[in-house]
Amino acid sequence: MEQCIEHALQNREKRLKKLQEMDEKTMEDLLQELRIEHQHLIADEAAGADGAEQRYYQDLLEQNENQSLLIQKKIDRMYQQQTKLVTPKAPLTKNVIRAFFVGGMICLLGQIIINFVMVRYGLDFKAASPLASISIVVITAILTGFGIYDEIGRFGGAGSMVPISGFANSVVSAALEFKREGMIYGIGAKIFTIAGPVILYGTVASVIIGFIYYLMG
Amino acid sequence: MGKRTIVYERPIAIRSWATVAGRKEGRGKLAQYYDFILEHNQFGEKSWERAEQKMQQYALELALEKANLTASQLDYFLGGDLLNQIIATSYTARAANIPYFGLYGACSSLAEGFILGSCLLDGGFGRRTAVCTSSHHDAAERQLRYPTEMGVQRTLTAQWTVTGSGAYILEQGQGAWQVTKAVPGKIVDRGISNSSDMGSAMAAAAVDTIASFLQDTGGLNDLDYIVTGDLGKIGYEICKKQLQERGYDVAGRYFDCGMQIYHEEDQDVHAGGSGCGCSAVVLGTKYLPLLKKQGRGKLLLVGTGALLSPLTVQQGETIPGIAHGILVEYKGEGVS
Amino acid sequence: MTQGLLTAFVIGGLICVLAQLIIELTPYSITPAHILVGYVVGGAVLSGLGWYQPLVDFAGAGATVPLSGFGHMLVQGVVEAVGEEGLKGVFTGGLTASAFGITVALLMGFMVALVFNPKG
Repeated sequence: MEQCIEHALQNREKRLKKLQEMDEKTMEDLLQELRIEHQHLIADEAAGADGAEQRYYQDLLEQNENQSLLIQKKIDRMYQQQTKLVTPKAPLTKNVIRAFFVGGMICLLGQIIINFVMVRYGLDFKAASPLASISIVVITAILTGFGIYDEIGRFGGAGSMVPISGFANSVVSAALEFKREGMIYGIGAKIFTIAGPVILYGTVASVIIGFIYYLMG
Repeated sequence: MGKRTIVYERPIAIRSWATVAGRKEGRGKLAQYYDFILEHNQFGEKSWERAEQKMQQYALELALEKANLTASQLDYFLGGDLLNQIIATSYTARAANIPYFGLYGACSSLAEGFILGSCLLDGGFGRRTAVCTSSHHDAAERQLRYPTEMGVQRTLTAQWTVTGSGAYILEQGQGAWQVTKAVPGKIVDRGISNSSDMGSAMAAAAVDTIASFLQDTGGLNDLDYIVTGDLGKIGYEICKKQLQERGYDVAGRYFDCGMQIYHEEDQDVHAGGSGCGCSAVVLGTKYLPLLKKQGRGKLLLVGTGALLSPLTVQQGETIPGIAHGILVEYKGEGVS
Repeated sequence: MTQGLLTAFVIGGLICVLAQLIIELTPYSITPAHILVGYVVGGAVLSGLGWYQPLVDFAGAGATVPLSGFGHMLVQGVVEAVGEEGLKGVFTGGLTASAFGITVALLMGFMVALVFNPKG
């Protein structure tokens, strides 16, 4: 009995695999058939079709095209599923730990600067916090210039992207990379590649929220 | 021959070739085989683009030198690269001062050049032609993705654009390495739109081309190597699987150039190398010498290209893939 | 001197982990620009709802250094300006509050571009 089950299972696997193979092949054959039909239709139509007939031809062509598209999409989907199977999964845990560590360290650095400024110059948190952010921006800019921050980014992922240093890095690296295209179209224009969207949507959000605030008194 | 395969009637020989590689490539698996390795990827130039151009020109000069030829003895120059409007190749052609056809097949440009160059020679329209392609990691990266100094984590599917250039001199007549057949590629687009996953975008085209070739020429038995240009690890797996599904068991003789250049573990290139320079340097440093070592053999080089435009990818369009195949046969040194 | 260091580290790290998870677990290809813009707008919205200030009070730099803190700063500025200047403040508050950060980032970008060359 066990043998029988095993046999059946194996056959099932075989059949499933066959079905899959046949599917793609059949689909491709169908597609070819449709293509030939399409050409015939066009040729026929051109050979002489009047008013009502022409409409009929056009309907047929449209149906033909829709069918082709449908099959093509199915083939695409099958292919994409197959690619997913072989695509390695990103090492999620490792990346998350790295992001946590790098992001945390940058924020820690910010807090150290805040504490230092607060104690040394007697500022309150609200005044000290922008100073810390600015210091991080300056440090990042210099690290980017020396070609170090991209290594940190490769390691830290989102951990080095989300803090203000990631923003600074994207501004500086764009300006740096395109310096050879000149002061205006190079540095001048490209510096806003990432800063532009950030400033734009930040401003839009602040105006909308400000306006709501204004209406509510 | 068959539906798509071209058979060249006249003998066309690969007379000589030269490869130039970047610093990172120069520390990879093929380190000792390159003709020249850049000490710094800037190559003493003021921009990545100029460095790429210089690299290509240097490769061409070396190839000519090896063949004891001068540029004026070439009838045509065919080539391409990854820069916008294939500008590096055009500058090389400007310096070489010979009739020039600029090709854009992305990373398939080398195979495309071989096919068209062989057609020119086979048709008797010239005696010699140079085929030359290049790519430069930093130049490609800043054009297609992010600035080089930006800290971006690369996905596992991402490939590393090879800094390198290869120049090949094709000649009408007998020679040790002969280009005998070719199979031009069709565009195959399976709806992949992720520009960091070009291997999957190209693999379908490679399968299409290889399967057509095998169908036309009567199967695998005759073939010693099938080498795809730059599918990388993921594209390679897909391609192998799909060929197997179609009944071609290619295990043991199917390889990918993108996986031959770097040490996978230490060099942090993820899925492997890519770019016009990828197949150009690997063919000359690894596979042509390998054929010679074996004394005989046939190699199908399938140059794979993802014809990606950053503009249309941003518009949400998919990436069309293409693959051109050429058959290189080694006939032995004695023939001349 | 050492107060708030641990919370800054942990909360700042967690905010970054959230972005990492978004990148890895969504099927779409998310670029750095998407993340940066998303965080600024997200921070602005949370701040508008009054939920971000408590986080800042708790985590300090852990909440102000991530870009969501930048969005928070924009909204804080606009809220203050509306209080002082009314309707005009709707349009001046955000950029005024963020002027410091933006100016320094742009200036540094410009200077670094003049001094350094990309290393590749």
